[in-house]
Amino acid sequence: MSYTELAVLGVAGAVIADLWVLRTRLLTRRIFWVSYAIIIVFQLIANGVLTGFGIVVYNREAILGPRLAYAPVEDLLFGFAMVTWTLSWWIWWGRRDRRRAPPGTTRHVDETE
Amino acid sequence: MRHLSYLAVLAGCLLGTAPLELLLATRVYGRPRRLALTLLPVLAVFVAWDLYAISAGHWTFDARGVTGLRLPGRLPLDELLFFLVVPLCAILTLEAVRSVRGWPAGDEPPRDEPAPDDPAPDDPAPDNPVAGDPTAAGNPASGGVG
Repeated sequence: MSYTELAVLGVAGAVIADLWVLRTRLLTRRIFWVSYAIIIVFQLIANGVLTGFGIVVYNREAILGPRLAYAPVEDLLFGFAMVTWTLSWWIWWGRRDRRRAPPGTTRHVDETE
Repeated sequence: MRHLSYLAVLAGCLLGTAPLELLLATRVYGRPRRLALTLLPVLAVFVAWDLYAISAGHWTFDARGVTGLRLPGRLPLDELLFFLVVPLCAILTLEAVRSVRGWPAGDEPPRDEPAPDDPAPDDPAPDNPVAGDPTAAGNPASGGVG
């Protein structure tokens, strides 16, 4: 499989996991998209350095060709999949810890251990 | 020194996001168990992806820009660290947005779905409710609607 195909699969997998497997439904929340908007800026910078300086080199036959800040567009899909997969698990574990805590002991957001 | 380029990028990510934990009380480093449990499935999937991509020749690494330490599967140590650092920064960002805006993320204690037999846990039964007293309104804590 090419990087392009894998990147599309990665996004699909992360979306399916968030909405239907882990059921964290972060993709339906404003906090996710605002966070992602911030993350993508720094992702483009960090990725731009790694690819622009040739530290990571992409095989032309594995990608479509268009680039954004030196990095192949596939990196946007890769990054989206990784961020979504990460944040879904973070929320999933938070939800699990919350359920384990005795009810009524936690009153406000962010106080679960 | 150039072989530390990749690591320098990762160090920049860590340094740039560290103030979030210190100033906005994101409590990501402060919840190491939850953080480790989150990073495990990320490592599992993305290291596997990376190993496949390296073996299939999707991408290669300039020997002058990486440490040169290779893990099994020819995975550069730098790449393994990438899959720890970048997710960590993403979580810090999410928690920073939550700290600043108070938007729900789905792991809050269940207080938006009041159980019918759950008598308002927040308010300790006001003895003499005064009209116009904001504390008597049973007002849920701030935090925005999502």
